[in-house]
Amino acid sequence: MLRLEPRRSPSQAMVWLTPILAVLATMIAGGGLFMALGKDPVDAIYTIFVDPLLDPYSLPEIFVKAAPLILIAIGLSYGFRAGIWNIGAEGQFIMGAIAGAAVGLAFYGTAGVWLLPLMALAGIVAGYLWAMIPALLRVKFGTNEILVSLMLVYVADQFLRAMVNGPLRNPQGFNFPESRLFHDSAQLPILFDGTRVHLGVAIAVIIALIAALILSRHIIGYNVRLMGSAPRAAMFSGVKPPRMVIFCLGLSGALAGLAGLFEAAGPMGQLTPTLPQGYGFTAIIVAFLGRLNPLGIIAAGFVMALTYIGGENAQLALGLPKAAISVFQGMLLFFLLGLDIFVRYRIAPKRREVA
Amino acid sequence: MDFSALDPLALIVSLIIAATPLVLAATGELVVEKSGVLNLGVEGMMIMGAVIGFIVSVEIGNPVLGFAGAALASAALALIFGFLTQVLLSNQVATGLALTLFGLGLAALLGQSYTGIRPPSTGDVFPEALSTVPVIGPLLFSYDWVVYFALIMVGAVWWFLNKTRGGLILRAVGEGHDAAHALGYRVVAIRMAAIAFGGALAGMGGAYLSLVRVPQWSEGMTAGIGWIALAIVVFASWKPGRVILGAWLFGGVTILQLNIQAANLNILGILALALAGVAVVMLLVQIRSLTRHKVIQIVMVFSFALLALVLALSWPDFRLDSAYLSMTPYLTTIIVLVALSGDKTRRALNAPASLGRVFHASA
Amino acid sequence: MSVLLDLSGLTKAYPGVIANDDVGFDIAAGEIHALLGENGAGKSTLVKMIYGLVRPDSGEMRLHGAYYAPGSPKDARAAGVSMVFQHFSLFDALSVRENIALGLDEATKPRELSQRIRDVSREYGLPLDPDRLIGDLSVGERQRVEIVRCLLQDPRLLIMDEPTSVLTPQEVEILFNTLRLLASRGVAILYISHKLDEIRVLCDRATILRGGKVVGTCIPRDETPRSMAEMMIGEALREPKAKLSVPGRTLLRLNGLSMTSDDPFGVSLRDIHLELHAGEVTGIAGVAGNGQDELLSVLSGEAKVAPGMLMLDDAPIGDKGPNARRALGLQAAPEERLGHAAAPEMTLTENTMLTGRVRQRLDNSGFLKWEATANFARAVISQFDVRTPGVATQAKALSGGNLQKFVIGREVLQKPRVLIVNQPTWGVDAAAAAAIRDALRALAEGGAAVLVISQDLDELMEMSDQFAVIAGGRLSAPRAAGTISIEEIGRLMGGDTSTAREGGTAHAAT
Repeated sequence: MLRLEPRRSPSQAMVWLTPILAVLATMIAGGGLFMALGKDPVDAIYTIFVDPLLDPYSLPEIFVKAAPLILIAIGLSYGFRAGIWNIGAEGQFIMGAIAGAAVGLAFYGTAGVWLLPLMALAGIVAGYLWAMIPALLRVKFGTNEILVSLMLVYVADQFLRAMVNGPLRNPQGFNFPESRLFHDSAQLPILFDGTRVHLGVAIAVIIALIAALILSRHIIGYNVRLMGSAPRAAMFSGVKPPRMVIFCLGLSGALAGLAGLFEAAGPMGQLTPTLPQGYGFTAIIVAFLGRLNPLGIIAAGFVMALTYIGGENAQLALGLPKAAISVFQGMLLFFLLGLDIFVRYRIAPKRREVA
Repeated sequence: MDFSALDPLALIVSLIIAATPLVLAATGELVVEKSGVLNLGVEGMMIMGAVIGFIVSVEIGNPVLGFAGAALASAALALIFGFLTQVLLSNQVATGLALTLFGLGLAALLGQSYTGIRPPSTGDVFPEALSTVPVIGPLLFSYDWVVYFALIMVGAVWWFLNKTRGGLILRAVGEGHDAAHALGYRVVAIRMAAIAFGGALAGMGGAYLSLVRVPQWSEGMTAGIGWIALAIVVFASWKPGRVILGAWLFGGVTILQLNIQAANLNILGILALALAGVAVVMLLVQIRSLTRHKVIQIVMVFSFALLALVLALSWPDFRLDSAYLSMTPYLTTIIVLVALSGDKTRRALNAPASLGRVFHASA
Repeated sequence: MSVLLDLSGLTKAYPGVIANDDVGFDIAAGEIHALLGENGAGKSTLVKMIYGLVRPDSGEMRLHGAYYAPGSPKDARAAGVSMVFQHFSLFDALSVRENIALGLDEATKPRELSQRIRDVSREYGLPLDPDRLIGDLSVGERQRVEIVRCLLQDPRLLIMDEPTSVLTPQEVEILFNTLRLLASRGVAILYISHKLDEIRVLCDRATILRGGKVVGTCIPRDETPRSMAEMMIGEALREPKAKLSVPGRTLLRLNGLSMTSDDPFGVSLRDIHLELHAGEVTGIAGVAGNGQDELLSVLSGEAKVAPGMLMLDDAPIGDKGPNARRALGLQAAPEERLGHAAAPEMTLTENTMLTGRVRQRLDNSGFLKWEATANFARAVISQFDVRTPGVATQAKALSGGNLQKFVIGREVLQKPRVLIVNQPTWGVDAAAAAAIRDALRALAEGGAAVLVISQDLDELMEMSDQFAVIAGGRLSAPRAAGTISIEEIGRLMGGDTSTAREGGTAHAAT
C-alpha cells in the first residue's frame, strides 16, 4: 500500500514538472478518447500538437488565440492566488468588446491614431466596471463573488444580443444581428504581413512580463501572495481584504475587457453574437496550467492555443468532433489538479503496521 | 392590457415543472455542502445527466432507465471530483470548475448525434380523470413521477439530516472534520458518499431538462441552471425545506419571463404587477412588527409599482428586446444572493464550518 | 491495586524524529497517573497510541493482562479507554446532546440521552444543559461536555490531555474533585500535564518523558516542583531576574476601549482602561477565549476603534491600520504563530517583510528590497538563536520554539516603543521560553513598554511589573505585581470584578 506523506517544503522541481506531466497524461488519455471515437490516436495527437507548429498558416494563428487567453489568465491568476474567484471573465470580456466596439462605431469613418487607444480604454473601463459588480457586492454584503460573476456572464451574453440587434446593428446589414465592420482606424494594426498577428499579442506578452515583475518584486504582488497563503497573517501585515477584492476583481475585469476589445478590433473586425468563444473559461485552465505565475501563463497560453488550432485542424483533417477538444482541455485541468499533490506531498510506501 | 396569455393555473403548473431540476440539483448539493464539501461542478454534472439520460431513454426506450443512467453517470463524474479533492487534496473551487468544463465538453461529444430527436415521453403518474378535476387536478395530480420524487427527496433529506444518526455524523463531518476524525469517523468515506449522492441528484435534474422540460437534447442546454442550483443552496441557508421555496421562486421568474416573451406583453405592466405583489408580501410578512422604517420601505415599493403602471399606460406599445427578459433569472439570482448575504449571523450559524476546506488526516 | 494498562517497548517514529523510543510503564486501576514532559517530549504521540489514533511501530500494550492493540478510537472506547482532548473535538453549531451522541458508539434516543446526560452531570458535579449549542458555552463548560461524554461510556481508563490549561483556578478545583471521585470508584486516570503543582496535588504516581524516552518515575508528593522540573528539562533551572520598578512615562493609553465582535461566538471588549509605561512589562492574565485575541487585534490595528480609544504619546491612533502603527513604533506579535504571526508557506525572508517593511524601510516606493530583507532576517536568526537551515526555509518547517523566537525577534529587533505579545511562550520548549522572556524584559529595560497577554500565570508573575486580568471582555484594574494573591487572580479570571473595583481590599486580606 502507498500513502501520502507531507514534504517538509514544497518541491520546486515538481512545481514545474507537474504541468508537463499533466500535458503528457492528457495526451495519453486523449489518445484513448480519440481511439474510442475511431481515430488513430497517434495521428490525432500529432495533428493537434505538432502539425500546427510546422504549418505557416497555423503557427501565427496560435499567437492570435494565445493573446486573449494570456491576458485574461494574468488577471485571474492574481485573484486566484489571493483566494478571490472571478469566474465571470467571459462576461467582462464581452462587456469590454461591446464598449470598445461602441466607441469605434461612434467614430465610424473618422480617421485618427487616438481612436484605438480610446477604444482600448473603453474596453478596460467596461470590463473593470462589470467586475466591480461582484467586487462591491462581496465587499458591501459578503455576497459570493463566484456565483455573481458567473451569473453576469449570462447577462452580458444577452446584453450583447440586445446590442447587435439594436443600437449597434449594421444599418446596411439586412437586419442581420451584427455590427458594421470597423473602419481601418478602429482595427488593430497587424504585426506581420500576411498573418492575423495583431498588436494585442505583443501587448499581452508585455503585460504578462509586468505582472511577473509586480508579483515577485512589488508590495502589491507580495500582498496578493500573502493573502492567498495566510489571510489572517495578511491582515496582521496590514492588507485590507476589501481593497484586495476590489483590486483583484478590477484587474482581471480590466484585462478581460481589454482582451474582449482586442478580439473585436483584431481577428473579428466587428461585433457579432459569436464573439464569446469561452476564452474567459479556458483562461481558468491557462491560469492553473501556468501555475498562477505570469511567465508560466505565457507558456500555458501558447499550449492551450495550440490545442485550439490543432483541434480545428483535426476537425477538418480527421473529422474529430469540436467537443472532443473541450473534453481534452477539461482532462488537462483534471490531471493538473490531481498531479498537483506531488508538490506538497510525496508517495511513500505504507509503513508496516505492528501485527 | 391583455393578460389572458398569463393563465395563473397554467403558470403555476409550469413553474413547478421548471423548478424540478433545480429542486433535485440543489437538494443534492445541499447534502454535499452539509458534509463540508463545496462542489461547484453542478452545471457539469447536470449536463452529463441531461445527455446520458437522453441517450439511454432513446436507445432503450424507457425514460425511467434514462433517469437511472443519468444518476449513475453523474455520480461517477462526481466521484472524479471526490477522488481529486478528497484523496489528492486538490482545491475544491478549481476542481469544481474543472468538472463543469469537462462535463460540458464530454456531454457535447456524447450528444452529437442526438440533436433534433424527441425522447420517449415520461407520462403522468395519476390517471387523466384525476388530473382534469378543476383547479386541484392540474395543480396536484398533473405531473410525472420525477416531480413527486424530487419533493419526496427533499423530505427524505430533511429527515435524514435531522432525525438520523447518519445525518448527525454527516453534519458533524461538515462542521469540523478534524474533530470528527478524532472521534473516529471516516471523513473521506462519508464525504465521498455525499458527493456521489449530490452527483446522482444533479444528474437526474439534468435528465429532467432533456427528457421532460424541453424535451430535446442540445449542446449547453443547462444554460447556468447548475449555478442557480448552487445559489439556491445559499438562499435556503442549507435547510432542505427552503430549497423548494428557492426553486419555485426561480422557476416562477423563468416561466413568467418566457410567457411575457411569448405573449409579447408590455414589460412595464408586468413590472407594476410584480412590484405591487412584492409590496403586499412585505406587508403581510411584517404586519406584526411594522416599524416606521419598514412602512416607508413598503410605501416606496408601492409607489414604484404605481410609477411603472403610469408608464405602462403612457406607452402601451413599449416592448423590450427579448434578450433583456432572458437576463431576469440571472439577475434575480444576484438580487436574492445579495438580499440574503446581508444577514451574517444566520449564515454563520447555518453554513457548515469546514465548507471547502482541505482535510488531510495527519495522524 | 491491580495493573490495568501495561505498556512496554512502545516505539513510534515520524520522518526525522523518533516521537516515542522504547516507552514502558504501567497504570493501576483507581490510580491517577501523571504523564509529565515538556512540549515535544512525546506525550501526545503516546496517548494517541493508547487511544487508537496512531499505531506503534513496535512494542506492546496489555489491558487487564490481555493483548491490546486498538485500530481506531472506536476499538479503544469499546475496550474501556476514553480520552478528553486538549483541543476539544466538539462542534460549535451542534447542541451538547448531539455532540455527546457523536462520541457514543451506539445510537440512543434523543430524549433518553438527554436524561442520562443530566443524571451523570449531576452525579459528578458537572452541570450541563443538553440543548444548548456548544458555541455558546465557555471553555470550562465545553470541557465538561467532553468529560460527560467519556463518563457515559463507563470508562476504565480516562486520558486527560492538559485539562487545566483552559480553566480558572476554581474550575480546576471542581475538576480535581471529579477526578478523585472517579478514581475512588476504580477508574484509572492518565493525567498529562507540565504543571508541576497540580501533579503534586492530584497524582499518585508520575512518569516523566523527555525526548521520547522515559527518564524517570516518581511519587509526586515526595518531590519538589523544582526536582521534577529538572527531571523534565534535564538541566538546572535559572532564577528569575530582579525587576525594574520605576515606571516611566505613559506611552500607550487604552481609553475606555470597546469593540463589538462580529463573530457570533466571539467576545466583545468592554470599556477597557489601561496605561502602558516606558520601561515596564504589563501582564494580562485570563482564561482562553475571554477577549485576548480581540484585544490583540485592536492593539495591532487589525481591528479598528474610535480614534480616541487608543492614545499613543497622547495622539489618537484607534483608527489607524497596522502599518501606520508600526511607523509610530507600536508593534505586535499574535498568539497563533502559523497563519497569523507568520505565513506558514512563505520563507523566513518573506515573513520578515510581513511586519518589517515600514519600520525597516524594506521597500522603495513599493518595490521590495529582498536582499536587505534577507539580511534583517539573518540578524533575527543569529541574535535570537533560531535554528534553521537558512532564510529561504519555510516558516512551517521550523519547530514551534524556533518559529516563536523568530516572530518575537522580528519585532524586538525593530526596536518598537510599544510591543504587544499574546501567549509568547505557548507550546515552546523551556530554553526557548526563557530566551523569549529575557528578550522581552531586556526590551522593557531599554525603555519600551511591553504588554504580555498570557494564560501562564507563573510566566506573568515572573515577568510583570503591573498586572491585570481579562474576563468576559472586561479588564480588571491594573495592579502592581506582587500585590495580588493567586486566590484573587482566580476570582478575577472567573469574571468577578468586584474586588478589582474596590482596589486594595483583597490585598489587605492576604
